[in-house]
Amino acid sequence: MKQFEYPFDADYLLSKKKRLKRELLAASDQFLEIKIAILGGSTTSDIRQILELFLLHHGIKPAFFESEYNRFYEDAVFGNPELDELKPDLVFIHTTYRNVRNFPALSDSSEAVQEKLETEFGRFRSVWEALEQKYHCTVIQNNFDFPFYRLLGSKDASDIHGRVNFLTRLNLKFAEYAESHSAFLVHDLNYLSAQYGLDRWHDESAWYLYKYALAVQAIPCLANSVANIIKALYGKNKKAFALDLDNTLWGGIVGDDGVEKLSLGQETAESEAFTAFQAYLKELQSLGILLNIDSKNEMCNALAGLEHPEGVLKQDDFIIIKANWAPKSQNLAEIAAALNIGIDSIVFVDDNPAEREIIRQTFPSVSAPELGTEPEKYIRILDRNGFFECVGISTEDLNKQQLYQENARRADLLNSFTNYDEYLRSLQMTARIEGFVPMYMQRIAQLTNKSNQFNLTTRRYTQAEIEAAAADPDCITLYGKLTDKFGDNGVVSVVIGHKRGDELDIVLWIMSCRVLKRDMEFAMMDALAAKCRAASVKTVYGYYYPTAKNGMVRDFYQLHGFTKISEDENGNTAWRLDIDSYQKQNRFINVED
Amino acid sequence: MTKEKIYSLLDEVFQDVFDDEDIHVTSETTANDIEDWDSLEHINLVVAVEAKFGIKFNMNEVVSFQNVGEMVDVIVQRVGAK
Repeated sequence: MKQFEYPFDADYLLSKKKRLKRELLAASDQFLEIKIAILGGSTTSDIRQILELFLLHHGIKPAFFESEYNRFYEDAVFGNPELDELKPDLVFIHTTYRNVRNFPALSDSSEAVQEKLETEFGRFRSVWEALEQKYHCTVIQNNFDFPFYRLLGSKDASDIHGRVNFLTRLNLKFAEYAESHSAFLVHDLNYLSAQYGLDRWHDESAWYLYKYALAVQAIPCLANSVANIIKALYGKNKKAFALDLDNTLWGGIVGDDGVEKLSLGQETAESEAFTAFQAYLKELQSLGILLNIDSKNEMCNALAGLEHPEGVLKQDDFIIIKANWAPKSQNLAEIAAALNIGIDSIVFVDDNPAEREIIRQTFPSVSAPELGTEPEKYIRILDRNGFFECVGISTEDLNKQQLYQENARRADLLNSFTNYDEYLRSLQMTARIEGFVPMYMQRIAQLTNKSNQFNLTTRRYTQAEIEAAAADPDCITLYGKLTDKFGDNGVVSVVIGHKRGDELDIVLWIMSCRVLKRDMEFAMMDALAAKCRAASVKTVYGYYYPTAKNGMVRDFYQLHGFTKISEDENGNTAWRLDIDSYQKQNRFINVED
Repeated sequence: MTKEKIYSLLDEVFQDVFDDEDIHVTSETTANDIEDWDSLEHINLVVAVEAKFGIKFNMNEVVSFQNVGEMVDVIVQRVGAK
């Protein structure tokens, strides 16, 4: 819903939240359900309600536990039966500078200040460790906002007795902890409050009246920020741009004005703004965001514009360039199909409000942010929306541009063969297939959240759960990594099975659509059968749960020689395979030992 | 702004906050008259009224309102003074 995209109207969201919740629930029947505990150091009632709206907007339906006022420490460390009952997938700890107990006194020695820092950090760490031990869940912890007054003025930041100084050092310790704990994420309240403006952020009457540690009007801003992390954790980030050209990537109309008249470069304020926007997109590309063009233009003019000597983005930076006179919605659908990603993972960027409106009407799930008419504002609008919120940078992300370019070369090669088997042989594929190893835990978790089409059960896992499965002696885990003569596709398939005596339930079977029709699934099934034999498993059960997106694997188990044993009215099917009867299937992939 | 206008704008606010289009408030209306009007919703109500009229109540006013009429008295003061 557009109401939840930046710049949103906080008063509108706050006053109409009940109606908005009804509308969001009615707008979809495909929500990902997750269990969230909010442990607060101040009042959290509206934070929970508004967070729920933003999550519903992202297709996530939360079930909440909310601690009583300022019981975050007690609930985590001493436990709470209601919290135990929820078994949270995720805990959000909403604490602020008002929850710091051990601020330095002016008379403290530097040792005493240091000790207070350690004590304060230790108090929070015991909360995180207790949660980790009990629930193995992801923890999102606010760092600290700065207080609304400073006893020492500017020196509050540079003197060890200053609160600003103390909070800054505490925040750094939180960051260090996050670096060594993958299931622990810092929510940057410090930046958020600065961005919002500390004078507006701190509303003393809201604190004295209701014990809200921030202005009530700032709650939507907070909820948006936290929801962005959660949706990123569950694979709901955007993946690609469909970009307009004229007055979006440069000033002017390339077809009318000619390349030399375009506003781009360092000559004028406006041309600097367009150049900075291109540089920003280039930075996002380095994070793995795919750039594509969806422009009403002659192709020759579009390409000429991209040759502009002052341009940051060149033709090679784009995966797909659609420059034609077809409706932009049609181009958008073709871009999604060619990239093999859902249309809902594309951000449509166009300065023309009419084009944006048509896209929203045609594809309500596509984000078409309100760019406005000033190019100097474009970056801020995209940034504040948090479309690409980063919860961990995998090497996959960093190499994504290359992966997609290699795929284009594979497509060219395929066109040169008339026999598909010959094409597969010519790819010279090798695979590594084994149980989960620490190096790939992040990618494996990411894949469980991103795969929608080649996904038999659509179970989502956090990294902590993936690590738990790898350590569980009753789980058989497999990841598959595929390389061919054009390059390394990375980890592309993941399987998890639960053992029950001499039987195995396949609870997760996914593969990236990047390697469809490459025989990788056969190599994976061969490896699973071998693991089963080694573990004395006699019978394997597979399950298929249909969703709007996974129709392509309806007959997956049949294809692999399983027998259907049940089907219910929703199309959920269960399948059985006798391991003794299984024959090796993979013909084209050389599997390394 | 007339009191009639203020009451009609307040109706809109109450209808939004309590998600009930049948709510109509009078000077006598209190928290006891509206089922969901608890201390947490009171916060939302105050914030929504402030946003609707572009005003800010001070702390003592917020805690002293005994009924909608008293709230309207303050709104009249503020809006009239603008």
